[in-house]
Amino acid sequence: MHSHVQAQGTSFEMIVALLLIAMVSLYPFAAIRTNRKYKEWPVYRYVFWVTGVFSIGVALTGPLAEFAHNNFKGHMVTHLLIGMLAPLLFVFATPMTLLLRTLKVTTARKVTRVLKSRLLQFLTNPVTATVLNIGGLYVLYTTDLYMLMHQSLVLYGLIHLHVFLAGYLFTLSIIYVDVTPHRYSYMYRASVLILAIAGHKILSKYIYANPPNGVPRTDAEAGSMLMYYGGDLIELAIIIFFCYQWYKSTAPRFTNSLYKT
Amino acid sequence: MEKNQGSYSFRNLGSGLLFGMGLVAFIDEAVFHQILGWHHFYDKSTTAVGLFSDGLFHAFSWFATVASLFLLADLRRRNSLWIKRWINGVFLGAGFFQLYDGLVHHKLLELHQIRYHVDILPYDIVWNGVAVIILLVGVFLYMQTQKSKRAAKEGR
Repeated sequence: MHSHVQAQGTSFEMIVALLLIAMVSLYPFAAIRTNRKYKEWPVYRYVFWVTGVFSIGVALTGPLAEFAHNNFKGHMVTHLLIGMLAPLLFVFATPMTLLLRTLKVTTARKVTRVLKSRLLQFLTNPVTATVLNIGGLYVLYTTDLYMLMHQSLVLYGLIHLHVFLAGYLFTLSIIYVDVTPHRYSYMYRASVLILAIAGHKILSKYIYANPPNGVPRTDAEAGSMLMYYGGDLIELAIIIFFCYQWYKSTAPRFTNSLYKT
Repeated sequence: MEKNQGSYSFRNLGSGLLFGMGLVAFIDEAVFHQILGWHHFYDKSTTAVGLFSDGLFHAFSWFATVASLFLLADLRRRNSLWIKRWINGVFLGAGFFQLYDGLVHHKLLELHQIRYHVDILPYDIVWNGVAVIILLVGVFLYMQTQKSKRAAKEGR
């Protein structure tokens, strides 16, 4: 453990902090500015956004980040925050919708053209998103990557960026609340969601039995159970919202009160 | 039997089925893993297939529990909840999952045992015996509800 690179107090921590400050100030700025022209931006969306930024901040800077560097359990907490909780909060904060209403119409059109592109259709397919998300975790924990990550700041940054982006991509590929040009059926998304949850659970238990290189057995066991049950909680939130949307979309056209009268 | 119930009999059964599966998985987790601590999170004899089946089993039941309750709400919204048929589904789903867990997971794939450092045979008999009884009650209820469905159809 002596070869660990310290991320604390370095330029890495500064860059993350600056990025997060930019994120947390640009969002309300855009929302308030566009309130004059459009429907008022709901308060709960600000809350989702700020909480999301906060969870990333807690995970990547300060004492928790330092703890996570030396302890696998701490590492798992940061991954739950960056890869699952923050993405879920960001999806509900609908940043794409906000971006489109902030930009000039001509620029916004260019953005939607990108969103409609083949590449994004491919990326936002739940199967692609799952492979990037869960597959990435398999690569991280079943190869030497986990050990190497703590020896290189660049690798550390890139991996955490991937964990966040893949988590965000996965969440928005299942839950449609933001701008979603490419849509897939509920049944398809439900099947992929179940497989993704299964993949997460299988990997957690695999880590329990086969600790990544450089991780002591007891740490791996505790971290694995945290990944398993912590994942359960956030997955439950995704499932509930997903089913709620499904339930709403299948509402009968004629209400029963109409039948009865 | 109300008129909507017959046309949604499949959905009543399905919602109950999913709920029964979720219920068994929940009891398994809450009682045997957490409260009693009999089951192990991971058993050294666990095979790759066992790990795969276990992950899928829990992911599915997690989803099924939530989905079944939304389906239940949907049936209520359509005035077509048929409670006997729903409970019928619960018994079938619970019995099936309990038996699957008891035979495939515990015995065939040796994922983990019901309890450790004891003579396991009586535990296995009770576990799977209970599963078969639940399943049989489900089958019995199914035959009953099918009969009243047919009777209602002919009466119309």
